[in-house]
Amino acid sequence: MRGRAASRAAVWPLLLWLAAAWLLSCTREPPPQRELDAELTRRALVTYADIAASSYADALRTARALALAVERLLADPSEPTLAAARVAWRDARAPYQQTEVYRFYDGPIDAVELLLNTWPIDENYVEGLADGREQGVIDDPARYPTLERALLVALNGRDGETSISTGYHVLEFLLWGRDTHDDGPGSRPASDFVERAGDVLAARRRRYLLLASELLVQHLEPVAAAWSAQRADNYRARFLALPASEALGLALRGMGSLSGPELAGERLTVPYETRDQENEHSCFSDTTHEDVLGDTLGIQNVCLGRYAAQGGTKVLGPGLCDALGSADATLASTLRQQIAASVAAARSIPAPFDRALAGADDAPGRAAIKRTIGALEAQTSTLAKAAARLGIAAATAQAAR
Amino acid sequence: MKRTLLSRALVLSWFLIACEVTHEDEVSAVDASRAEQRAPIALHDATQNAFSAPLPGLSEHERARFFVGNSYFNQNWLSAPSSVRSRDGLGPLFSARSCSGCHFKDGRGRASAAGEPVHTAVLRISTRGRGRHGAPEPDPRYGDQLQTDAVAGLVREADVYVRYEEQPGRFADGQPYSLRAPTLTLAALGHGQPADGLQTSLRVAPALVGMGLLEAVPEQALCVRVDPDDRDHDGISGRMNRVPSAQSGRVELGRFGWKAEQASVLDQTAAAFVGDMGITSRLFASENHTAQQAGCADAASGGTPELDDAVLDSVVLYVRTLALPARRDRERPDVVRGEWLFATAGCTSCHTPTLTTADDAVPRELSARTIHPYSDLLLHDLGPRLSDQRPSFQAEGSEWRTAPLWGIGLVERVSGGSGFLHDGRARDLPEAVLWHGGEAEPAKLRFVRMRAADRLALIAFLESL
Repeated sequence: MRGRAASRAAVWPLLLWLAAAWLLSCTREPPPQRELDAELTRRALVTYADIAASSYADALRTARALALAVERLLADPSEPTLAAARVAWRDARAPYQQTEVYRFYDGPIDAVELLLNTWPIDENYVEGLADGREQGVIDDPARYPTLERALLVALNGRDGETSISTGYHVLEFLLWGRDTHDDGPGSRPASDFVERAGDVLAARRRRYLLLASELLVQHLEPVAAAWSAQRADNYRARFLALPASEALGLALRGMGSLSGPELAGERLTVPYETRDQENEHSCFSDTTHEDVLGDTLGIQNVCLGRYAAQGGTKVLGPGLCDALGSADATLASTLRQQIAASVAAARSIPAPFDRALAGADDAPGRAAIKRTIGALEAQTSTLAKAAARLGIAAATAQAAR
Repeated sequence: MKRTLLSRALVLSWFLIACEVTHEDEVSAVDASRAEQRAPIALHDATQNAFSAPLPGLSEHERARFFVGNSYFNQNWLSAPSSVRSRDGLGPLFSARSCSGCHFKDGRGRASAAGEPVHTAVLRISTRGRGRHGAPEPDPRYGDQLQTDAVAGLVREADVYVRYEEQPGRFADGQPYSLRAPTLTLAALGHGQPADGLQTSLRVAPALVGMGLLEAVPEQALCVRVDPDDRDHDGISGRMNRVPSAQSGRVELGRFGWKAEQASVLDQTAAAFVGDMGITSRLFASENHTAQQAGCADAASGGTPELDDAVLDSVVLYVRTLALPARRDRERPDVVRGEWLFATAGCTSCHTPTLTTADDAVPRELSARTIHPYSDLLLHDLGPRLSDQRPSFQAEGSEWRTAPLWGIGLVERVSGGSGFLHDGRARDLPEAVLWHGGEAEPAKLRFVRMRAADRLALIAFLESL
């Protein structure tokens, strides 16, 4: 008893001394590192996965609707059925663009992305020119006597990164045709799909369009299933079983890769610098402005933790920016503002994009594109800071394979 | 009482240590902020995009040019005249329609399967005799490369096929292996008979890892490794290829290509544009056909030259400023052991682990960098089994430039179905090691004699690069 009391009495001066010494010697210590709130981060990752599942379900549903519209077009090729197929294509693009934020970390989409959404494409690889100077799959029956799904898959990317035979932009080319005008999209006539005795080209074009629309659905199906909450042993389950910082690292990598090199770099800087409508994203349909907006919205969806699914359902929960905010409120708030700015800038790009490219640098269209590039690059740099702040810069993209 | 004092002392010392550590961190952080802060040159990305990112420290202007270059690197060229004037002028003879046709995702070409025409690789040809500076003598009809495609209305030069013959062997511990030796066949020769004694060399497109950094290594740093007469008696020669540079007009150290036949990234890129795609540029104003090839001279041109200077320079900047893939698993015990085995077996005699780039290299992101390409960029004799029997400038048939190994562990991921070595004959990394002979024979034999676990460790190290 006595011993304990004596030592307790002796401890106080020592502790005071230590406290003083600590204050004197450690005054330059940086503010304590706050860690991620584990529970909030876990919930934010679940929301992320829920939004992914809901977005891919929408992309799949609208791709099926597009395949149906293509069937109707082929059953009765006419200007109204062609117009309806084009509307269905645009309806399918909108949700798909919002899923691009799930790319770039060897997630489910990265296994099939080249087959779904490779851009740019050399349309001559699909169908050459009437004068024969370029020859594509459709107009080369000698080399490709039978058109089958497997052939189109095998040819995709075989001769280079724009020698593309499947995916959204191939369908876009088939539905709109070449955009040779400055004042509107491609204007392929519905008669291109009319069956006539002896017209091998039309028959092969019809077959190609059908196969390409079926393949779109076929390639989206496993991605939607991989994120579905209805299944136990899928990518979603493995993703959510990762250490939270690792899963967050993958999500940040997806957001940053899409914001920076992909969107600001390849898709916006190249057309901006070259002023060439050949370099715009959806050049056949002149819907590039919708593509850009969809991508920025996809990034905002996962930052804020909200997605308005088709059919009225809403996914709501803590967003990745909320999780980041638990560790660094300033950084998260900056990111929210920058993402909102990039969405607003993308919204301000006037349609059609190829016209917006032209003119002086201070023309509204070019200024809006430049502003979007700047906003995306700013958020890319904040996303990199966030990853570094959380010590997850080295997260490898193989983690959840 | 004594115990209490001791524990107090421990608590005190822990605080002091803790403070001191904090202090040291701060001091070094301050020093680092005084020193120049530099962005990394390697990125942690093991996806299919591992070779495709820009160096993170590029300026805004450089980034813009990088992406423009990337666009022209990826996109197909078209026959002239086309409505897309910026990208017409393909051919008339060509092997690929775009750079990405062979360097898909900036990676390697794929090995040729038996029975399929060669794809994503080119066939260099020549006839007997040597030209200026030891240049291969072009075939009078077909030139110095066989183009396997042609624009509409013209006949392609040939189809190239590879047959493989299995050559079984055994490691010292009895485990069998088999190497496949390629034999080339030319079919559908479209422009008559080539000269007698045609020399051929099949070259798979290499990955584009770190070319700007290799170009930025001062020549002096490579010269010190040159030892043509093996004066240090280590069995390793190391010779420079000396090649004419279209960029400078002088004879220079060859750095790029399987036999170091190109002096700079600009030389390499412009040569590939004209040789592989039939796109003329300010460096190479003439198309790649000969006077004896019917119809070629009359083919429409995409401009004089077909490649704008600004586009060529953007593509070159793109190739020079691609970021490196960061190593994976480098702390794993088998990888660490494999690295040691790689060095002690003698592989690093040619596969030099570390080089330093020049202080004044441009863009600045390439300057004063310590890099780990695992190459000395010099020619070495790899023995008769790897010889293509086609001398080129200073390089004999059996001499090849030490292939840089950085990124080699990601080649399969990026390119898929890739073989290794110049013609893709090695199906995997152990086979690539086993094909080595000549100066590399002793190192190869050490690999053959290793325990299975050590061989695996050495390969694990290569896969971490």
